[in-house]
Amino acid sequence: MAHEHKLEIFRGLLKFKSNTQKIWGVLIFLSIVTAVEVVLGIYKPESLMKHVLGMKGLNWIFIILTIVKAYYITWDFMHMRDETKGLRRAVVWTTIFLILYLVFILLQEGGYVFNVYKDGFIKRDF
Amino acid sequence: MSTTVVNAEAEGKTWGGGNQPLKASYGKMMMWFFIVSDALTFSGFLAAYGFSRFKFIDSWPIADEVFTHVPFLHGQELPMIYVAFMTFILIMSSVTMVLAVDAGHHMNKAKVTIYMFLTIIGGLIFVGSQAWEWGTFIKGDFGAVQTKGGNILQFGHYVDVDGEKEFERVALRDFVVSDPHADRTQQERKNGLWFVSEGTLPPYTMEEVVHGLETHENVLVRTQIINDEGHKTVLSREESLRQIKEYGKLAVEGANLHVNEYGSPLFADFFFFITGFHGFHVFSGVVINIIIFFNVILGTYERRKSYEMVEKVGLYWHFVDLVWVFVFTFFYLV
Repeated sequence: MAHEHKLEIFRGLLKFKSNTQKIWGVLIFLSIVTAVEVVLGIYKPESLMKHVLGMKGLNWIFIILTIVKAYYITWDFMHMRDETKGLRRAVVWTTIFLILYLVFILLQEGGYVFNVYKDGFIKRDF
Repeated sequence: MSTTVVNAEAEGKTWGGGNQPLKASYGKMMMWFFIVSDALTFSGFLAAYGFSRFKFIDSWPIADEVFTHVPFLHGQELPMIYVAFMTFILIMSSVTMVLAVDAGHHMNKAKVTIYMFLTIIGGLIFVGSQAWEWGTFIKGDFGAVQTKGGNILQFGHYVDVDGEKEFERVALRDFVVSDPHADRTQQERKNGLWFVSEGTLPPYTMEEVVHGLETHENVLVRTQIINDEGHKTVLSREESLRQIKEYGKLAVEGANLHVNEYGSPLFADFFFFITGFHGFHVFSGVVINIIIFFNVILGTYERRKSYEMVEKVGLYWHFVDLVWVFVFTFFYLV
């Protein structure tokens, strides 16, 4: 049976001997990332509260770490790493493009509505 | 006879349905495309949450102040600890699932059984925790007053912590005394006017709240507006009394779809809807896992000589974990 697994993560920096070992390795990595998120979330270091590109620096860190976690769950737990390029792109590119588009319009619109409430004369009727 | 001939001819024919460019079985591929559509549903909800949050960016509740409870540890403020535990449980059950898939590749029935069982247990712990989290959120802790405009006014006082003045929340029940004579019975369907009922009565009337605030000199009102330091604005004593007397409409405890003691009702609506929808996914995932678990025990896949079914539910289960990673970030962290 052909169940070939690609056993290296971090672009070949870390290579595991078996698929089981890789699973535990990824678990350790995901746990560390979650722990970092929780610690940052509890202590909220003052230095990271500055605004970067319209959002708190800390929030950017959270979002990037979330995407990192999502990548490893999809690539190693869901075995996306072992699928063909075609399937991978059909699933991942479609989703990412549509989500980015949706998030962009909705957040843009939300910010606009906030400004109308704040600066405009309209208060509650739209 | 005729079918075998057709099959033999189709094989190797690139344009005759004989090649598999994605090298995945039909079932697995369809599971992937279902996951794509479900991911878009979830991102629609989360983006809508983002919309509402950007709309009320200066008055949205601070998650650290909302989710501070841990079971069996009463009265301690431990923001995020319990959610972090839930996240870990879900990741852990993802790991046992992927181990089950791996054992399936090696046709190891005993190991698949054990790992599937552990996955189910993890899922149940998660759903239970979610229910507890909902219960705590619905019950609320400090209580607040809703204004005529639909905003929330919370209460607190300044205490000295290591020589510095810090604002600490005060619960309604700590300074408001309900007047036993003014107690009104809830109208139920069975008495008075027939088949007419009313919603739950507020824990305190506005007169009682005003009286409690007047007799407790140190209690101040905190509004929803977030100031430059990222804290909610605390009003002066005079302004506190004025706001409560002039705008106070209803004493609220806890959260539901109409009122929310933590701030904007939208926050509660989205919390119930998104975590509820996710919890429903976990629940159905557990049910599907149980079905597959029994199939494994019965030896269905042993006879089929392939554990691909375990792999397919595995995909769904990991997807549920994946969604939680995002819900965790956007509800509890950001």
